[in-house]
Amino acid sequence: MTATAARREASFLGVAVPPTWRRSALVPYVLVGPALLCLVTFSIVSIFVAAAVSLTNLDIGGLADFSQVRFIGLHNYQTLFSDPAFWEALGNTAFFVVVGVPTLVIGSLAIAIALNYSRSRFFRALRAFYFVPAITAIVAISLIWGNLYNSQFGLLNWVLSLVGAGPVQWLTDPTIAKFSVALVAIWRGSGQDIIIFLAALQAIPPEYYEAAAVDGAGEWQKIFRITVPLMRFAIFFVTVTTLINWMQFFDEPYVLTQGGPVHATTSMSLYIYQQGFRYNEFGFAAAASIVLFAIIAAVTIMQLRARQGDSG
Amino acid sequence: MARPRAGAFILGPLLAVGALLTAFPFFWMVTTSLKPLAESYTYPPTVLPSTISLASYQRLFGDFGFGRYVVNTLIVVLIGFIGMFLVAMAGYAFAKFRFRGKGFLFVLVLSTMMVPVQVAMIPTYLILNSLQLTNTLVGIALPTLVSAFNIFLFRQFMTTIPDDLLEAARLDGAGEFRILWSIVLPLSRPILAVGSVLTFITGWNSFIWPLIIANDQLNYTLSVGISLLNKQLAINPPLQMAGASLMVIPIVIVFVIFQRYIVQGFTLSGLR
Repeated sequence: MTATAARREASFLGVAVPPTWRRSALVPYVLVGPALLCLVTFSIVSIFVAAAVSLTNLDIGGLADFSQVRFIGLHNYQTLFSDPAFWEALGNTAFFVVVGVPTLVIGSLAIAIALNYSRSRFFRALRAFYFVPAITAIVAISLIWGNLYNSQFGLLNWVLSLVGAGPVQWLTDPTIAKFSVALVAIWRGSGQDIIIFLAALQAIPPEYYEAAAVDGAGEWQKIFRITVPLMRFAIFFVTVTTLINWMQFFDEPYVLTQGGPVHATTSMSLYIYQQGFRYNEFGFAAAASIVLFAIIAAVTIMQLRARQGDSG
Repeated sequence: MARPRAGAFILGPLLAVGALLTAFPFFWMVTTSLKPLAESYTYPPTVLPSTISLASYQRLFGDFGFGRYVVNTLIVVLIGFIGMFLVAMAGYAFAKFRFRGKGFLFVLVLSTMMVPVQVAMIPTYLILNSLQLTNTLVGIALPTLVSAFNIFLFRQFMTTIPDDLLEAARLDGAGEFRILWSIVLPLSRPILAVGSVLTFITGWNSFIWPLIIANDQLNYTLSVGISLLNKQLAINPPLQMAGASLMVIPIVIVFVIFQRYIVQGFTLSGLR
């Protein structure tokens, strides 16, 4: 080792490195440094910044002149918890999670099992159709659906009128708007989950099914006795990631409804965005971010615990 | 393979209907974007345009200055590729070097995945503002420049590169940067392909950061430009759909060409 080390040219990026900096000592840090700096700044550091800012009255004035920023303790949190709009945003996020996550996980699993039923070219060609929404911009998708939902000239109401159903206020009725916005996100989110489920399905050894067939198991029995139990980890993984995504729900309501009508589709993320960037109340919005972070962290930890208890 | 199972004759058509329903909004997007404005308001709506009009696309690039947004979006994507290079560097170090604090730093990388993007929205803006990077394209690209999950993927892949190969290059006097550039990266082509496609998609589609960080139209990306089409006083469906097509069609083309890599990437990462 020492002989090879001596023969090694001590250089990095073509710059001679002083012999006292041994290659093995410095190089890995130089390689890791830039990436780590970026990552840590915009995640871990940002949580601390948010926590600190949430205890101040930082607003647009304070941003221009830091001497105006005051420490105000937990005042932002008190205001937050007494703001009905915050509770409504929290409730809306809960609604989106309760409606969206189970629909997506169960729906995607069912579609993936169906797509995996046959290995024929036809079935494989169909997959692409289900994948595409997942990679297209949510902004563009929201515009398209906004158009389909339009209550004056939208296609959906026209199709309903053909079967004699009355016009639906897709985006202007507070209750219906929640479902309409969730539907777009479900349509968009399914592709990703289907891909993950399909990969997991293909990892199941075919012998299991052959053995089950020999024992006379029917199709449904195969699904519920073999497929679903063997897919437990994939189902868990997809549930966690989908749940986290939905707790951060933002793009669809932002484009489709701007959170309306009267806050009916304002998610937590949208609430934070509005407080921060529409009203420029950065301290207050940071407090809301910390609360959202605490909720997401708590739910994630609970799920990991449940998972451990499950397998242990 | 054995003969098709009976269920395939029921599931096949069902899945085909589902596929058409999934694809329909895109079809509607393209046809509407080609309609003259007056036709888009007609009731009942027409499915296919009676006359094909490119007026909406001309307006997007003319009155609405979308050419600029396309260029900005491409610049953000290119900066994203620099980020992927940083990811490759870090992945290489974690895969092939032993150094003090390695375990801790790797856990640190993974733990950053726990911080959701939307939660970091306010502090990230404040950090970029203090660096005077708000309202710049670099500022837009920076928050998502490095992906922790990609570091993990690159590390996993690069551990499979034989140590002997790197050791031999060192004996020949190659510097570490050269080894990375001319040995490690060429051998990592499969993971680079997955990473590149995902980097393109993420950069092209990114919305929340340009929305927050770009304050003036000079720095808008396509996604922000398109979201503003929904805030026009009079709704103009062909214009909106032309904007959506401009965003979606390049991605669909990328998908058709690189489907294999995209599916691999999604399978591995769940698209982070």
